[in-house]
Amino acid sequence: MITLRLAYRNLMGAGLRTWLNTIVLSMAYVIIIWQKGLLDGWNYQARHDMTNWEIGGGQYWQEDYDPYDLFTLEKSHAQIPEALTGMNPQRPVAPILIGQATIYPQGRMQSCILRGIDPEQTVLHLPSAALQQDIAEIPVVLGTRMAESTNLNVGDTATIRWRDANGTFDAADARVVRIMKTNVPTVDQGQIWVPLARLQQMMQLPGEATIIVVGQDTNETGPQEGFVFRDRKYLTKDFEDMMQVEKLSGYIMYVILLSLALLAIFDTQILAIFRRRKEIGTLIALGMTRGAVIRLFTMEGAMHGILAAFVAAIYGIPLLTMQARWGIPMPDITDNYGLAISDRIFPIYSAGLITGTTCVIMVVVTIVSFIPARTISHLNPTDAIKGKLS
Amino acid sequence: MDDSAIIEIRGLCKRFPIGNKQFTALSEVNLTIEKGEFCGLIGPSGSGKTTLLNIIGSLDVPTEGSAIVLGQSILQLTHFQASQLRNKSLGFIFQTYNLLPVYTVYENVEFPLLLLKTPAAKRRKMVLAALEAVDLADKAKSKPAQLSGGESQRVAIARAMVKDPAIVLADEPTANLDAKNSHRILQTMVKLNRDLNTTFIFASHDEKVIGYLRRQISLDDGKVVSDLKIDTPLHSAALAAKDTRMSK
Repeated sequence: MITLRLAYRNLMGAGLRTWLNTIVLSMAYVIIIWQKGLLDGWNYQARHDMTNWEIGGGQYWQEDYDPYDLFTLEKSHAQIPEALTGMNPQRPVAPILIGQATIYPQGRMQSCILRGIDPEQTVLHLPSAALQQDIAEIPVVLGTRMAESTNLNVGDTATIRWRDANGTFDAADARVVRIMKTNVPTVDQGQIWVPLARLQQMMQLPGEATIIVVGQDTNETGPQEGFVFRDRKYLTKDFEDMMQVEKLSGYIMYVILLSLALLAIFDTQILAIFRRRKEIGTLIALGMTRGAVIRLFTMEGAMHGILAAFVAAIYGIPLLTMQARWGIPMPDITDNYGLAISDRIFPIYSAGLITGTTCVIMVVVTIVSFIPARTISHLNPTDAIKGKLS
Repeated sequence: MDDSAIIEIRGLCKRFPIGNKQFTALSEVNLTIEKGEFCGLIGPSGSGKTTLLNIIGSLDVPTEGSAIVLGQSILQLTHFQASQLRNKSLGFIFQTYNLLPVYTVYENVEFPLLLLKTPAAKRRKMVLAALEAVDLADKAKSKPAQLSGGESQRVAIARAMVKDPAIVLADEPTANLDAKNSHRILQTMVKLNRDLNTTFIFASHDEKVIGYLRRQISLDDGKVVSDLKIDTPLHSAALAAKDTRMSK
């Protein structure tokens, strides 16, 4: 207790030097928490959006389907199993048929993927109901990215050419009935959404689908003939891998920031022991053991961490709360990354994140303070009293 | 060891390594100091005064021989035991005051009592009494940087005396002070010695200090060359006369 009191007095007595270290360390606190909170927020949002817009509660994939190999699309279709066709409200599913195509907007040519979806499905947040239009052309829904790249707006028409199951090319005009805004680029970029029945008819694949998305609350994911079930973990693996890379780069930043702050504390401790050797000698002469002096100096260093936590709380809590409430706007360019990033990310600062970061910083600051303080045990008190080096 | 002796030194040698050679700072020192003495180790620079004072203060250990302080052999003390001895029974006064710069005068004087875990109320009483004794009660809230040399040394005296130690060790206490302040702090120490029967041991070559000593132990080249008892120290006589005049 006395060490704590003395360390506090010494720290306060050191004035500006203490506050400079404290402010640098508090910035490390805030930036580390902010950065990790941003990643956590992005992670949460992306998972949420991907679940709502793309993967639902998991997907049945036709056995040959490989999303990374477009050549498999030709044969990646099978009859939707009877067990899944009922569209039972208790067990909703959204079959999707996928086929390759080419779109000719305003005479230009662009490869695209046709995705047929039941307009009445409720599994995904896709505005598929817009496809229920009785028009001569094929009604299509585009995402904002696809609409931008094709320069198409609602009401515009463009020719689509595709190959049916027999390998015969066919073409027809399509009309854009809706442009949807989504944070999930994989359901937007290069994708054209059409009614499932219409696509089955176009490709001469009645009753068939490439993938079947199951509802988020569905527990029954047993085997279905011709299909393989892919759970959420499998479907988010790419995103998980990317998040791991992001976290790793976050940790590098974390280490750099913390190192800068710790360097300042280490430097201060070294300087303090050099400059305050007369004081150290006096403390020993007054009856402190060397161990107690080492504890005192270690405590002084460690208290930088405690003070920094308070200082960080003073400006960090309002700042981070504001960001968590209003979100951080992301630049338009992030759309091109192919990742699920919304135009505004809302960081998540969990109690675990704050406590964990605080504990890690405290422990590291204490270790960094202890290392130079150990040299006190080698000081000769008779030399130290006179301010001499020994 | 004599019952009244609080320090007994026998055949004490202290050597320091300098390069490949050994420098002998003290050689065959034999000394007995009794309770309540006001004595000084005097001699030129390099004669071994401070080294002997440091050994008595358990800040250093002899190379040979023995130094028994308050019944404890300095050579056999562990770091912890030595710190306990310094904490409970020894007070130090240094040439450069060695006050803790970030603490106030009050906190500096309070420091040894904090180490002794003295209860807060008693601690406050003792600190104020010590500051009264050196006429610095009004400077309790000042920082050392705001004090003159004389005032700083008086704070150091208060810090050394606050825990009522058996022995006060003063290393060149007047070296950084002018004559007026030197006499003032020496008179304070004479008074404390007389009132509390605290043993004072000085290491000094200052004539002003020597003038107050009742025992002068002269060192030269690490050896005790003379040990004189003074019945009526030069300045103490004048001080006694002054005290008498004031009381009238």
